[in-house]
Amino acid sequence: MKNVSLTIDGKNVQAEEGTTVIQAAQQAGITIPNLCHDDRFEPYGACRFCMVEIEKNGRKKLVASCCYPVEEGLVVDTKTEKVENIRKMLIELLLAVSPSGSHTELAKEYGIKESRFKLESSPETPCDLCGLCVRYCTEIKKKNAVCFVGRGVDRTVALVPVASDGCSSCRECFDVCDAGKMVYLVEMLQEISCPPLKSKFYQNL
Amino acid sequence: MKKLQSTSDMEKLRKELLQKKDSSKSCISICSGTGCHAYGCEKVVSAFEEELKKQKLKCKVEIKRTGCHGFCEKGPIVVIYPEEICYLQVKIEDVTDIVSQTIKAGKIIDRLLYTDLKTGKKVVHESEIPFYKNQTRLIFGNNRKIESKNIGDYIALDGYNALVKALSERTPEKVLEEIKKANLRGRGGGGFPAGIKWESVRNALGEPKYVIVNCDEGDPGAYMDRSLMEGNPHSVIEGLIIGAYAIGSHEGYIYVRQEYPLAVENTELAIKQAEEYGLLGKDILGSGFDFTIKIHRGAGAFVSGESSALMSAIEGKVGEPRPKYIHTSEKGLWDKPTCLNNVETWANVPFIINKGADWFRNMGTDNSKGTKIFSLVGNVNNTGLVEVPMGITLREIIYDIGGGIPNGKKFKAVQTGGPSGGCIPESQLDLPVDFDELNKVGSMMGSGGMIVMDEDTCMVDIARYFVKFLSQESCGKCTPCREGLRHMLRILDDITSGKATEEDIKRLEELSEVVKEASLCALGQTAPNPVLSTLKYFRDEYEAHLQGECPAKACKELIQYYIDPEKCKGCGLCLKKCPVGAISGEKKGVHTIDVEKCIKCGACFEVCNLDAVSKISSKERK
Repeated sequence: MKNVSLTIDGKNVQAEEGTTVIQAAQQAGITIPNLCHDDRFEPYGACRFCMVEIEKNGRKKLVASCCYPVEEGLVVDTKTEKVENIRKMLIELLLAVSPSGSHTELAKEYGIKESRFKLESSPETPCDLCGLCVRYCTEIKKKNAVCFVGRGVDRTVALVPVASDGCSSCRECFDVCDAGKMVYLVEMLQEISCPPLKSKFYQNL
Repeated sequence: MKKLQSTSDMEKLRKELLQKKDSSKSCISICSGTGCHAYGCEKVVSAFEEELKKQKLKCKVEIKRTGCHGFCEKGPIVVIYPEEICYLQVKIEDVTDIVSQTIKAGKIIDRLLYTDLKTGKKVVHESEIPFYKNQTRLIFGNNRKIESKNIGDYIALDGYNALVKALSERTPEKVLEEIKKANLRGRGGGGFPAGIKWESVRNALGEPKYVIVNCDEGDPGAYMDRSLMEGNPHSVIEGLIIGAYAIGSHEGYIYVRQEYPLAVENTELAIKQAEEYGLLGKDILGSGFDFTIKIHRGAGAFVSGESSALMSAIEGKVGEPRPKYIHTSEKGLWDKPTCLNNVETWANVPFIINKGADWFRNMGTDNSKGTKIFSLVGNVNNTGLVEVPMGITLREIIYDIGGGIPNGKKFKAVQTGGPSGGCIPESQLDLPVDFDELNKVGSMMGSGGMIVMDEDTCMVDIARYFVKFLSQESCGKCTPCREGLRHMLRILDDITSGKATEEDIKRLEELSEVVKEASLCALGQTAPNPVLSTLKYFRDEYEAHLQGECPAKACKELIQYYIDPEKCKGCGLCLKKCPVGAISGEKKGVHTIDVEKCIKCGACFEVCNLDAVSKISSKERK
């Protein structure tokens, strides 16, 4: 593989062609905040915390560094006012969903104590919908037992009852969850231990 | 049907079809698009069939079920050829008259003709109706001339001639050059030059290469692609085959949404017919070029219209967008080079090949060539599908073609580009419609939705409506779109119910910018457009809501219904209509509304013939 050289936060960085900006930054000791990145999985680009500003052919652009491939001569700035504002807004949005979860660490880092947005009234879940558990089960275990259901604000992580055979003995998705083994996983655990027959549909089968 | 083996076979077939055509024979063509279906055109067709049998005219008159004519407001539409007599809103009861008077005696039935809104004169011929007269019907024109389910009709009208031309006279490179020269831009909304996209797919490494038709039109009120796919599926298929030939692809997909059953049916049939005729499959017309098409039925998510989400859906995965820093032209469907274009874009291709890039470039503005189909809906007299050359002004579309605003109301704004387009005010009505100009004023071309709004529309409420639609249709994958739209909607809810402050508007603006800049796909990136554009042009309306006032008197929470005692004659109509018994009054005495009971449904307002019921601001409560 060919190496390319790029500049991240003023630092000259060498990276292998085909890697992403976030990987190149990590190798150079530069941390870009994120909730959904994991080198083991395909680039996903969901949390948007890793947005950085790049300069290419004299034009500036915002990109998700976990998906953007490194290019020769690319100039990357990971901490411009624009990207920091985006991150702060994302923290506020997630704090409104839940005052716990892995985004709280970022909130501390950015000195944000509370959100200007109305707090959700629904039961608190620390899940940021980063999809690490879903992708682990799909891409690594190839079981597709953990998945997303619902669209938009109704999106949530669920177990596919039919596919969850052998699920209760695996539980490896617990370890990938950054939100910690809290309320949310306990809920999942309950689902696993009293599996598929929750809904009437399956009972009637 | 014996497969056509060569391009000369095709020419022979076309000649035969034309010779068979008896031009002296009358033809009753009945619009069978989805709009006219809803009006009951199938029953009208059956009535015609029966009546022709009864009057022993069956072998002298032909009946054609055509595609959508576009003037959907006035359906079912019946046109009688060769005279081109156009009857609108035809009912079963009119059928006997039409057959005995028009078909038999050549007399025109006045009551079924179009009445010019300005002059009050009757118009006989379809093409002379102002709605049609002011359009340039290039792509959409054949819809009304051919029977949607009959490939012969399409071929007789020079259909598949462009394919013959491309396969027999041109190399793939030459076809590509022609499309590039024509500067055909993507009609799905992005406006990306199709020729450049084709070229990058052609040059991309990896086999096989795929071509896709995007017919996942999901904008509220828009149905251009549906009508084209239903009415003239062969024009899209022909464009796709030519594109595949230029790109070097042998496999194509047509992604049609499941909610378009007639489009699915007609497309399936069209593919089958094209296969039978040897226009799809191996060695097309003896050229050595192979190409097949499969249909994929979408499962009804708006976001699946986004190219990468659409490809995920075809792969059998959830229709969710993925990052496109590596373009789909390099890594698309199953990670192979893929060219996806919208229905209308593909339908443009045969015209460009037939008539040449120079002819195409004669229409339109500097950077937007050709025509564009819009679905003109909302508070406008002539609702329907219109095709106009690029560069026409919004005013011409709304007033000359659309016939202006009904009921003497004043124009307020026009929303272009679907739910994530922007609202354009009256001061910008002379704007030439093209990709770049619409972007400049904070809206976009989109796939061609055009919603006209009159003075009774509240712009904050409209922004709220679109944000609500988008928040329900967001896939929920990325944080800014999922969470951002949720809170944008909440703030807009607060504003329309008079609970917001100046601080909320600031927060809304700030949030809109982040959703626009940080979202993963175009759905989120454009979702704040309705908010940002209404804030730009109608900020005063937002501010009025902060004071508890809805200037258009549309936001329920900020108005109440009131009966003017001077005007009320005590007819009791409103009392009868009120579903909650909030109205009281003696017969012939003044009636009053109990505001505590009133649910603000507006039934009394609609039913009063004396204009005695009015909407007043809750603040001026009487």
